[in-house]
Amino acid sequence: MLKFDHVSKRYPDAGDALLDVSFHLKQGEMSFLTGHSGAGKSTLLKLVAMMELCTRGHVLLDGQNLSKISDKQVPFVRRKLGLIFQDNKLLYDRTVFDNVALPLVVSGYGYNEISRRVRAALDKVGLLKKEKKYPLTLSGGEQQRVGIARAVVNKPKLILADEPTGNLDPELSAEVMHLFEQFQQVGVTVLIASHDLELVSQMGHRVLTLGHGQLLASE
Amino acid sequence: MKNTSRQKNNKNQVGFSDKFQAYLHIHAHALFSSLGRLFRNAFSSVMTIIVMAIAISLAAGFYVLLLNLQQVTGGIESSNQISLFLKTSVSEKSGQQLSNKINSNEKVESVLLISKSQALKEFKEYSGFGNVLNVLDSNPLPTVIQVLPKNTLDDLLSVEKLMAEFERMPQVDFAQLDMQWVKRLQSMMQIMQRAGLLLAVLLGFAVLFITGNSIRLELQNRRDEVLVAKLVGATHSFIQRPFLYTGFWLGFGAGFVAWLMVTCMTLVLHGPVERLSIQYDRAFGITYIGVADTLVMIGLASLLGVFGAWIVLRHQLAQIKPE
Repeated sequence: MLKFDHVSKRYPDAGDALLDVSFHLKQGEMSFLTGHSGAGKSTLLKLVAMMELCTRGHVLLDGQNLSKISDKQVPFVRRKLGLIFQDNKLLYDRTVFDNVALPLVVSGYGYNEISRRVRAALDKVGLLKKEKKYPLTLSGGEQQRVGIARAVVNKPKLILADEPTGNLDPELSAEVMHLFEQFQQVGVTVLIASHDLELVSQMGHRVLTLGHGQLLASE
Repeated sequence: MKNTSRQKNNKNQVGFSDKFQAYLHIHAHALFSSLGRLFRNAFSSVMTIIVMAIAISLAAGFYVLLLNLQQVTGGIESSNQISLFLKTSVSEKSGQQLSNKINSNEKVESVLLISKSQALKEFKEYSGFGNVLNVLDSNPLPTVIQVLPKNTLDDLLSVEKLMAEFERMPQVDFAQLDMQWVKRLQSMMQIMQRAGLLLAVLLGFAVLFITGNSIRLELQNRRDEVLVAKLVGATHSFIQRPFLYTGFWLGFGAGFVAWLMVTCMTLVLHGPVERLSIQYDRAFGITYIGVADTLVMIGLASLLGVFGAWIVLRHQLAQIKPE
C-alpha cells in the first residue's frame, strides 16, 4: 500500500530531514511512527500527502510513484488519503456536517450521497447528533473526532494521522486510538505519528522509530 | 447475464446523471454563495463596486458624449459649398450682378445671394443678439454669395482653384470653403473617438486591477479554507470557481451601477441641452445610452471582473501550499 524506497529529503537550509528511509506498509496494516521531535515524522507524512517531494528515492502509494505525479494529479492522489492533524484544521465558520462533507463536495458527489456518507461517518465517531453544531461549540476531543470523520468520509485507502492525540487527555487518546483500530479492521491502512511512547506500546502494533532522519527500528 | 449487464449499465447512467447534477449544484452553489458573501461584506463590496462603476461610467459617459456630438454633427453634410464674403462697400445691386456673373460660370452649379438686410434679419432671429445689433447705426454684415460648384469638381484641389479664382475678384473680401470646417470637425471627431477608445482601454485595465485586488484580499481572508480544500483533494478549478463568480458579480454590479450613473448624468444634462436645442430650431436632442450599449457595457464589465479574478487566482492560488 505504502512503500518507501531509500527515500531522502534534504531541505536547502536545514539539511537532511530524512536519510535513506525504506519500509513497506501492507494494506490493512496499522502502524505507529515515533521519534523525538525533529526526527522527521512530519516530513515523512508530508511526503505521502504530497506536501513535499523527496530529493532521493521513491515513495510508492498504491503502486503510484509520487515523484512522477504532475501538479494536476495531486488532488486525485490526495483523495485516496485521509489526513488527520494535531490542530484538526477544521473550518470554524461551517457546521460539523459541512466540515465532514468537504472531501465529498470537492470530489463532485451528489447531495444525497454526501448526506448519507457524512451521517455514516459522524455516526462512526459518535457525533451524529452534533451535525448542525459549529466546531467551536464542541470539546477538544469532539473536534478531533470531527477531523477523523472528515478523513474517513471519502473511504480512503490510507489514513495518515499527525499527533492526533497531542492535545487530548489519556482517556480521550485511548478512545481515539480505538477508533483507528476499527478502521484498520475494515481494511484501511493506518499510519499514526505520535511521540506518546506509552500509548503506542499499549496498542501493540508495528512501530517505526525515526531518529535524526534515519529509520532506527521497524518492528 | 444480460440482465446484470443492463443493471450495471443503468447504475452507470444514474452515476453519471448524479455527477452531472452535482456539477450543476456546485456551480449554482458557487454562484449564490459568492453573492451571499458579497452581501455579508456589504460595505467593502459596495465600495469596490462603486470605484469600478466610476471607472466604467467615465468611459461610458465619454461614449455617450460622442454619441451626442455625432448626432449633432452627423446632420451636417459634407458639401463643397464656397462662401464668398463681399466687401462692405459693395452695393446690393453690384452684388446681384456679381452673383449672376458667377452663376454663368460653367463650373458652377448654383448660387445663392444673401443680401446684407437678409443676413441681418436671420442673424437677429437666430443669434439672440438682436437687441445688440439695434444699437448699431449701420448694418455691419457683408453680402454673401454661396456658390455650389458642379459635381464634376469633386476633388478638393479643383474646388480650391475655383475658390482662388473668385477670391481674386475685386468685390470679394475673402472666400471660405465650407467643406474645410466640416472636414476639420470630422477629423476632430475621429480624434475624440480614438481618445475615447484609449480612455476605455485604460479604464478597462483599472476595472481589471480593482477586481484582481479585491479577489486577492478575499483569497487572503479565506486562506485556511483554501488550504483545507487542497488537503482534501480539491482541484484548482474547484477552489477558484467561487472566486471567479465573485469577480463576475463585482463586474456585473459595477456595470449596472455605471449604467445608473451615466443615465443620471444624462438626465441632469437633459434640461440645458434641450434649452440649447431650442435656440437651434430643435436641430438636435439629447441621446441616452441605448439598451444594446448598456448590455454590452454590463457584459464587458462582468467579463473584466472574471478575467481580473482569473489573473490573480492563476498567480496566487499556486502560492498557497499546505505546510
